[in-house]
Amino acid sequence: MSDFDLSPLVLTFKLAVITTVILLAVGVPLAYWLTFSRSRMKTLVEPLVSMPLVLPPTVLGFYILVLFSPNSLIGNFFETVLHVRVVFTFLGLVIGSVIFSLPFMVNPIKAALESFPHSLIEASYTLGKSRRETLLKVILPNIKPAIITGVVMAFAHTVGEFGVVLMIGGSIPGSTRTASIAIFSEVEALNYGNAYVYSGILFLIAFAILFTLNLLNRNKVHGVS
Amino acid sequence: MIKVRAKKHLVTSHGPIDLAVDFQIAGNEFVTVFGPSGAGKTTVLRMIAGLTAPDEGLIEVDGEVWFDSEKGINIPVQKRAISFVFQDYNLFPNMTVRQNLQYALSVGADEKLIDELLAMVHLSELQHRRPGLLSGGQKQRVALIRALLRKPKIFLLDEPLSALDLDMRLKLQDEIVNLYERFRVPTIFVTHDLSEIFKMSNCVFVLEGGIITRSGRPDEVFGQDNISGKFKFVGTILDITQDNFLYIVTIQIGQNITKVVATEDEAAELKVGTRVVVSAKAFNPIIMRLS
Repeated sequence: MSDFDLSPLVLTFKLAVITTVILLAVGVPLAYWLTFSRSRMKTLVEPLVSMPLVLPPTVLGFYILVLFSPNSLIGNFFETVLHVRVVFTFLGLVIGSVIFSLPFMVNPIKAALESFPHSLIEASYTLGKSRRETLLKVILPNIKPAIITGVVMAFAHTVGEFGVVLMIGGSIPGSTRTASIAIFSEVEALNYGNAYVYSGILFLIAFAILFTLNLLNRNKVHGVS
Repeated sequence: MIKVRAKKHLVTSHGPIDLAVDFQIAGNEFVTVFGPSGAGKTTVLRMIAGLTAPDEGLIEVDGEVWFDSEKGINIPVQKRAISFVFQDYNLFPNMTVRQNLQYALSVGADEKLIDELLAMVHLSELQHRRPGLLSGGQKQRVALIRALLRKPKIFLLDEPLSALDLDMRLKLQDEIVNLYERFRVPTIFVTHDLSEIFKMSNCVFVLEGGIITRSGRPDEVFGQDNISGKFKFVGTILDITQDNFLYIVTIQIGQNITKVVATEDEAAELKVGTRVVVSAKAFNPIIMRLS
């Protein structure tokens, strides 16, 4: 096990935490809008949200790469006006991960909102409560299991992503080289020892996450019923 | 004074109907609304509450216009001073009984009212339980007082007792009357239970196919007004058998089954499934066809 480097693991978790926080802030309002809005835009947005489930990650990564390259309009805007570079940086990874993990956050929350009894929402309205207050105090506390599922799935999915990260970030140690990329590089360099350690750690983490999720949701079901 | 004039086209499980109601409630009357399912009873309540908008019409409560299709007024449900009680309770499962009540109380209002109402419905001991651990009757009690914490101008109840067993229904009928006495606001109580109408209200509207077909005192509307019975119950005929010159009519009243004697003439009017009033004048029970 030659010169084992912890930084890919640290970077992976930093990326997953930031991505999950952003997704939580974006995912809940988006799921609410997709469930309750009567807008026609919905029919367009709905498949877009789920696209990352079927689209090859490399395709998504490729588009982001092209879109944000300094030669493109958007990339140029980021570079000259905001003075940040997106491609081959950590920021690029965050943008890619947020898009790529979006359905994992939005879909469970949306499913829970769709099956949430509308009569409870009406009961809250008849008590004089606004939509906002109803969402925060009645709806969200009662769909906690779905939110936890969304958070865990988005986190776990970001930890494990490969194609998007490789396309947008490359493999720059400490900046864009996440654990899954590191495994690939170590195998390529025939450092099987390091690859074993990275893989083992990711395996254990994935198991621990799902184990805890099941435990949490089981307790939640008993608590609510 | 409550004025409701509303039209709405509805598609019910019994086919489409054109709901067209026009009524007023003066003073603090307790009005019951009776009718077959699919007649539009719930929709009438929902239109007053603001949960459903009429196609056209005017809804006015105490001089405040809540809905006016001509002027384009439609006050949102949150801004209407209503108490709405649903058939299936709709307590928030994430909150305890007390938290459910606190949620309903307007900001800065005195929590003494919560304690008073909890005591009125004998739930003070259970206030820190979650709704999941309450019986149906207890849940509906919480829902009743939760609705009333808003100090409404109108009290709307949508078949609140239909999911409960007879014993619990009888108890809650009394408690609803007590709460009504406490708040003294005009009340509309939707039910398909005739005994509730006779027991609880002095005024009933019969809604059939979206139209109020009859209204008035329950005994005027449902029975002959010449009954001066000492007691009366509403029931359904289960069986009619002939025994020599008399007929034995078996009637289900709530969960009780009783047998009443009828003459041949009386029996000719009756058949299995008929809704009847059973009343007793001094010693001999009389049964009378209702519908």
